[in-house]
Amino acid sequence: MSLPDGKGHFGVFGGRYAAETLMTALLDLEKAYGEAKRDRRFREELKDYFREYAGRETPLFRAERLSGEIGGARIYLKREDLNHTGSHKINNTLGQVLLARRMGKKKIIAETGAGQHGVAAATVAALFGMECRVFMGEEDIRRQAPNVFRMKILGAEVVPVSSGTATLKDAMNEAMRQWVTGVRDTYYMIGSTAGPHPYPMMVRDFQSVIGREARRQILKKEERLPDAVVACVGGGSNAMGIFYPFRRDTAVRLVGVEAGGMGIATEMHAASIGGGRVGVLHGNKTYLLQDAMGQVRDAYSIAAGLDYPGVGPEHAYFHATGRAQYVSVEDGEAVRAFLTLSRAEGIIPAMESSHAVAHAMKMAKILGKKKIIVVNLSGRGDKDDRILEKELGGKGHVAN
Amino acid sequence: MSRIEKRLGTLGRAGEKALVAFIVAGDPALDATEALIPALDRAGVDILEIGVPFSDPTADGVTIQEASQRALKRGTTLPAVLDLVRSARKRTDIPIVLFGYYNPIFSFGNEAFAREAGEAGVDGLLVVDLPPEESSELRRYTDPEGLDFISLVAPTTPDERIAWIAGKSSGFLYYISMTGITGTGRPDPSGVKKDVKRIRRATGLPVMVGFGISTPGQASEMASFADGVVVGSALVQLIHENREGGDMVKKACEYASLMKKALSPSKKA
Repeated sequence: MSLPDGKGHFGVFGGRYAAETLMTALLDLEKAYGEAKRDRRFREELKDYFREYAGRETPLFRAERLSGEIGGARIYLKREDLNHTGSHKINNTLGQVLLARRMGKKKIIAETGAGQHGVAAATVAALFGMECRVFMGEEDIRRQAPNVFRMKILGAEVVPVSSGTATLKDAMNEAMRQWVTGVRDTYYMIGSTAGPHPYPMMVRDFQSVIGREARRQILKKEERLPDAVVACVGGGSNAMGIFYPFRRDTAVRLVGVEAGGMGIATEMHAASIGGGRVGVLHGNKTYLLQDAMGQVRDAYSIAAGLDYPGVGPEHAYFHATGRAQYVSVEDGEAVRAFLTLSRAEGIIPAMESSHAVAHAMKMAKILGKKKIIVVNLSGRGDKDDRILEKELGGKGHVAN
Repeated sequence: MSRIEKRLGTLGRAGEKALVAFIVAGDPALDATEALIPALDRAGVDILEIGVPFSDPTADGVTIQEASQRALKRGTTLPAVLDLVRSARKRTDIPIVLFGYYNPIFSFGNEAFAREAGEAGVDGLLVVDLPPEESSELRRYTDPEGLDFISLVAPTTPDERIAWIAGKSSGFLYYISMTGITGTGRPDPSGVKKDVKRIRRATGLPVMVGFGISTPGQASEMASFADGVVVGSALVQLIHENREGGDMVKKACEYASLMKKALSPSKKA
């Protein structure tokens, strides 16, 4: 059976827990997406934009020096950082903007954490001549300034959100409020496999191009499937994008890496599966960081794009059924992996993706030389210069 | 028959309109909320919606967001709100609706919540992010307790969906007067009137109009075609502004009776 079911449920997860003002918009969106998906021209056009605009397909690069240094499994990097705008986020925004145009919407709103989705949304809005407003937490605006600048250059309005912890969760709250208010002419472009149905399914579908390519590429290069596929998980779109086409390859381990922040034993982390309980937020039922009374707790991670207290409902389902495993990597490990990969391969990964790299390095050591690991390198790390500078204490270098 | 149905039935037979008032539990403090409940009853409020604060109130404007945050900072929890109702119930017979978001209820446990809410004297529930599509997981426990399940209808809700929602609701329908969040903007009465007519064609349930209603003039206009109005943000703001100085309850009650009078202009109160 293919999931989600007709009401957007992945087992007990997912669904459409939304205010009535949005229900009709969500039902309309689901219908429009269903029609688009069946329309060959829509699929062809998206494929064309993937190729001619985003620069797909992205390479699957064998990280020989990195693998050599670890002395373990062969690590391949799915280079989503090489997409136009510098991350996998463009796969989804291209799909959604074509849908928005098809639905006759001219205004786009989006939420963003690290700014990668905001930039990708602002980019497609510019490409299609649409108005774009991006909601972003004030804390994230401060730590991801280069992306704020890029969004503004692209003509988007960046709306600072100061409520709560002023991060991704609050940006999403505010985007939902804005959507309720402008629901008749506004398209809400959610950036992750989160939110109410049909978003988790739709974003997964648009991002699945990552896994389809990676699967084909590894079969060509190694003539076999990998032993493991590793990706970082905040809301979970890059991970679901690469996992989904491997879901029936049961011999392939799917490993989602959550942000361990300062450690799961502390309250300073963003590991919703590792340290949360089932709850309902932003329109779906999933694992949530929350207190004993069901109030949503603030997430924390050095990586703004992982700083979210929930996780896509299909990941919750993969966890519950055991199809994927979810682990966590702390800030310090991510920073070390960031530097290691930069110096071993000349590839600067996003701080988010560095979580996946860190875990893949650990796995590679254990698995041994005959094994193959594919890591989703979901974005590039230029945007993280300030974070790293702070981490390195302004010294500009760190001992390896 | 539930307290809500009974109260609305009495009003309906007398040709009167209902005043529904929303306050946030625990803002400025739980004992203040407890003092407000019987006082607002005496001041003419017909149904009281008690807001259960939530960390992420995505349907609310700044006023209620901030009130919820203040209440949470003071440690307001769902069990404490249930205790509040239990205690207030000894002094008032006013119909009480718990108004909020699903996660605190889900976290408490749907079955335990239903039992405790029923036993505390809660009469109805309005869970903003629990549309009929998802509500059966809660209602399998709350329906047997006799709790009314109140649904929202929005300007964007099509006719067939209104009928479907009404079929799955009890107590009354809460018509959201505009596409927006609470306490922002002003609804357009002629648009609301048209939509209330749409709802009347679909159901015999009483229709309360809320969102953006703060003045007696607005209330009286809405009451000319609806069964009642909901005041929320304006009252929450008034309570907040008068939180110190001792006449908070008095001010809230003056406002409530002003609004109630506006709903029944023919009757000299």
